[in-house]
Amino acid sequence: MGDWFHILVFGYFPYLAATVFLAGSLIRFDRAQYTWRSGSSQLLRRRQLMMGSVLFHVGILFLFFGHFVGLLTPKEIYLAIGLTSSAKQVLAVVAGGIAGAVCFVGLTMLLHRRLVDPRIRRTSSAMDIAILVILWLQLVLGMVTLPFSWAHRETGDIMVTLSLWAQKIVTFQSDAALHVVDVSWVYKAHIVLGLTIFLIFPFSRLVHIWSAPVGYLGRRGYQVVRSRDHKRTA
Amino acid sequence: MKVRAQIGKVLNLDKCIGCHTCSVTCKNVWTSREGMEYAWFNNVETKPGIGYPRQWENQDVWNGGWVRKKNGRIAPRMGGKLRILAKIFANPDMPQIDDYYEPFTFDYEHLHNAPESRTPPTARPRSLISGERMEKVKWGPNWEEILGGEFSSRSRDVNFEAMEKEIYGQFENTFMMYLPRLCEHCLNPSCVAACPSGAIYKREEDGIVLIDQDKCRGWRMCVSACPYKKIYYNWRSGKSEKCIFCYPRIEAGEPTVCSETCVGRIRYLGVLMYDADRIEEAASVEDPQDLYQAQLDIFLDPHDPGVIRQALEDGVPQAWIDAAQRSPVWRMAMDWKVAFPLHPEYRTLPMVWYVPPLSPIQSAAENGMLDSQGLIPDVSQLRIPVRYLANLLTAGDEKPVTLGLQRMLAMRIYMRARHVEGRRATDVLEEAGLTEADVEDMYQTMAIANYEDRFVIPTTHREYAEEAFDLRGECGFSFGDGCSGGGSIDLFSHDVRVGPSAGGRSGVHAGERS
Repeated sequence: MGDWFHILVFGYFPYLAATVFLAGSLIRFDRAQYTWRSGSSQLLRRRQLMMGSVLFHVGILFLFFGHFVGLLTPKEIYLAIGLTSSAKQVLAVVAGGIAGAVCFVGLTMLLHRRLVDPRIRRTSSAMDIAILVILWLQLVLGMVTLPFSWAHRETGDIMVTLSLWAQKIVTFQSDAALHVVDVSWVYKAHIVLGLTIFLIFPFSRLVHIWSAPVGYLGRRGYQVVRSRDHKRTA
Repeated sequence: MKVRAQIGKVLNLDKCIGCHTCSVTCKNVWTSREGMEYAWFNNVETKPGIGYPRQWENQDVWNGGWVRKKNGRIAPRMGGKLRILAKIFANPDMPQIDDYYEPFTFDYEHLHNAPESRTPPTARPRSLISGERMEKVKWGPNWEEILGGEFSSRSRDVNFEAMEKEIYGQFENTFMMYLPRLCEHCLNPSCVAACPSGAIYKREEDGIVLIDQDKCRGWRMCVSACPYKKIYYNWRSGKSEKCIFCYPRIEAGEPTVCSETCVGRIRYLGVLMYDADRIEEAASVEDPQDLYQAQLDIFLDPHDPGVIRQALEDGVPQAWIDAAQRSPVWRMAMDWKVAFPLHPEYRTLPMVWYVPPLSPIQSAAENGMLDSQGLIPDVSQLRIPVRYLANLLTAGDEKPVTLGLQRMLAMRIYMRARHVEGRRATDVLEEAGLTEADVEDMYQTMAIANYEDRFVIPTTHREYAEEAFDLRGECGFSFGDGCSGGGSIDLFSHDVRVGPSAGGRSGVHAGERS
């Protein structure tokens, strides 16, 4: 693999993926909001979804926020609160491993249901299936990294390296890709597939993540009344 | 006081013949699309029965409607906002499509192509979802038609509450009635309350409850929250849909399709004005049996000068006040008290009301042993038990239903005496608390039921809210994506916009054989 390819994948591809992710989401929301939905198939079959969907969502939410905080928190901050790199890495491996296992059980159930249940299979779009398969592979890759990270628990250097890369990417520093030249192939594959998920995000049902209805908790009262006269809308 | 107006509806069950014309015309207009085959914005059920979807009235199963909490406030029975959000990944209160029915077609082509055989070929059912052979169709929107199915299944009907239901399983005591059902366009809709996206709303101008198809994200909480199970999840588009009260027709002053096509002329549409500030108060009364009266109490008399003044101030157009004064719904619900809300105990303050059906006097009475407390036959001798009707319409309170039935009987006796015997049976009217003018009006509205008496619908006053000039050259009605049309941007829209005219992928080809 040439240097230019490494730079392309770890230096430029993140920006390509992020641009498509943001601009694509915006355009879809603006132009085709009717297609913007969670795409629930619960109506067609409860079986496997009740357990699978809860486990999957709980697991993946934990993983998402774990990655977000773990990768983007500057080293100085967690050192300042008394967490060493090594301890952080152990924490990440253990917590991530548990959440990953929960997510794996759920996701496997959902994938099995989608592929095997005739109702769900026939009503799935190619993207519905593709996104589940990609998420499943990504989760497996993530789980495969665990023993690698565990092996480096004494120093915690793997996660320091990866978060340095992520922080340099989000702060637009051109030498970001150089930091991950020497990390194992598992991490590289996990990163590439992760960025790919951002890339295809706007074209899939994943857009429902943008619409997580947390605002509902803050809605005053229960009723919604709309008036044609927008000035008077209650 | 905040005056709002709504187009309300009354269905006179005494005249419903169970022909399903309402259901079929509605289906043809609004839901003959992939994803919505199983959905009937209007369906007609035979009662007693558990209905469509199965057991829809049993809120112990589906948790629809509202509950009154210990502190006197109401909350969706599914739970408060946090508990509703906790159900978002998998909703335990939601029916599966089999509770409605799995939509199907028949292998018609087999009738053409079958080889010669000793028995005639049959067209067997095939799922419209999976395309697979269905051995048996197991449920549908009128599955218990004319008491179809065994009594043990039908008697799970919760309207038998506090009744010795076993005797109604005997042939001699059996009874039935039709119940056409549609969205109630409630004053206190629980679907609106449970929608995390805020996509469902009540229109201030006419009270119609709609789902914004752009804003709906398919969290499907509304399906559970609606105690009437009149919100349907479109499995193709991933959005919820419901009866839209034919708002394009209502806006133009025309009746809904189900009302227009009703051959029994049982449907009435008219304006009701109500005090929007007292909705929550009315929905929160402690005793469920008081909910009917509480709802009556927030309806405002359109002849009251104070109400008229406030209505105009609150933006209700004069034409709507005029219509409210001639409203057949007001007359039946408020003047004559013969129409009742469907299951007021759900605390949704429904706005589609029902006139309970009369039924033959039991056989004992036919044998000359007519037991009447006065001139009007005792309504407790009617074949359909009053308690059953009360459980359906007044949370079990028999008094209002009894009065309603007495008034309908009194009208019959009075008109029969006048036309057959040529005498004025005013004594009967006194017993029912009606005047001769009342009964003439009732007769005109409920028995003759001319088109213009049934439908008093003012047109929408768009000019109050919109600058019509700005609307020129706009796209008119579109399916959820504004003016973009979607056709040119297939990147995101693939095949979700499947309608009668859109072609699109069909789930199965008739004639495909397993």
